[in-house]
Amino acid sequence: MGRHLVLALLLLLAPAAAAAQDSDAGRVPLPTIVKGKGEACVADTAYMRRYHMTELDHQRDETMHRGVRTRKFSLKECVDCHATPAPTGGYVSVNAPGQFCRSCHDYAAVTIDCFQCHAARPGETATKRAGEFPRTAGKFRQESEVQ
Amino acid sequence: MTGRTPQQGFDPQRRRFLSAAAAAAGVTLAPGVTLYGVTAAGSAAARAPEDPVTSSVRWGLLVDVNKCRDGCNACVTACVEENGLRGNGRPETDAQWIRKVELRDPSTGAKRSLPLMCQHCASPPCVDVCPTGASFKRADGIVLVDKHICIGCRYCMLACPYKARSFIHEVVEDQKPYAPRGKGTVESCTFCVHRVDEGRTPACVEACAEAGGDAMTFGDLNDPNSRISKQVAAYVTDQIRPDLGLDPGVRYRNL
Repeated sequence: MGRHLVLALLLLLAPAAAAAQDSDAGRVPLPTIVKGKGEACVADTAYMRRYHMTELDHQRDETMHRGVRTRKFSLKECVDCHATPAPTGGYVSVNAPGQFCRSCHDYAAVTIDCFQCHAARPGETATKRAGEFPRTAGKFRQESEVQ
Repeated sequence: MTGRTPQQGFDPQRRRFLSAAAAAAGVTLAPGVTLYGVTAAGSAAARAPEDPVTSSVRWGLLVDVNKCRDGCNACVTACVEENGLRGNGRPETDAQWIRKVELRDPSTGAKRSLPLMCQHCASPPCVDVCPTGASFKRADGIVLVDKHICIGCRYCMLACPYKARSFIHEVVEDQKPYAPRGKGTVESCTFCVHRVDEGRTPACVEACAEAGGDAMTFGDLNDPNSRISKQVAAYVTDQIRPDLGLDPGVRYRNL
């Protein structure tokens, strides 16, 4: 009975392990990290992994209540960079299985509520804008004008 | 070198520079009390993205009802398009941020057609009743719902005398990136806050001008030099239900 359970678990985990990129950890299934646009994120990867929600929460209050529209920790900017182009045109939702947000959150078993309301694909204007202001490694330009 | 000659006495260039410097420094009313001019500050176009909104601005909208054509729906269409208010074909529950209202005086038969949306009151009753603080007024007078905090109780919808708010009954998909909307929250006209923060006017105002109506004027009611302030000062304008003492930011002319 126990052996059957182990077998069933292995079968369940097998596709996840196959999907993991650059996984040198062997049997441990790792989330797929889809590479975003540009050279680097707005902060170090380690910092972003741990504190992205803290920063997003802070930014959301600043934008909503005080009208501050800096782009560094804006959710819109996350989506603009991390959404992958769909083969049929347009973009795949970052909330789709295996995509940037979802793959990690599935791995950590944390639900994402953001995309119940927020767009999970770059919009037309946002796409245009992301192309206009390419990011540079390590720093994020604070444009004086918001298009 | 062209130094000052004794005949000239003073240098007009230097005098202009000094008077400009004095004006920039402000007017000293009393020792320690200086009055600074605030004409340049306070317009949205001048605000940098990292600067918060201030109460030196009060956004307002003036609708000239004489110019608002019966049957024209350009403002409503533009609002739906801009904010992604695609309905589910159920008018009873679909979101509506702006609507056209037809009025008729039964004694004379005179007709009026006007757009009605959130009136962005200075004392908004929706903010008074909100149990969670989700319904709030921004410093620049725009009344919004923080949907992160909204629990969907709909007290604000009951409190609003203008029936300006809608509850979202069904799952929303493909929202606009700048206009997040979701099931279980209340929403209403935001004066297109994302556009206003960029120094643009709301979508309805732009659409009205494009449609040739030019019935809507958007601007800063606190800036005496803005078009809306000049119009409000020059003509008699009405607020809807002024008896309630809410001081709406939306005004109507020729109502």
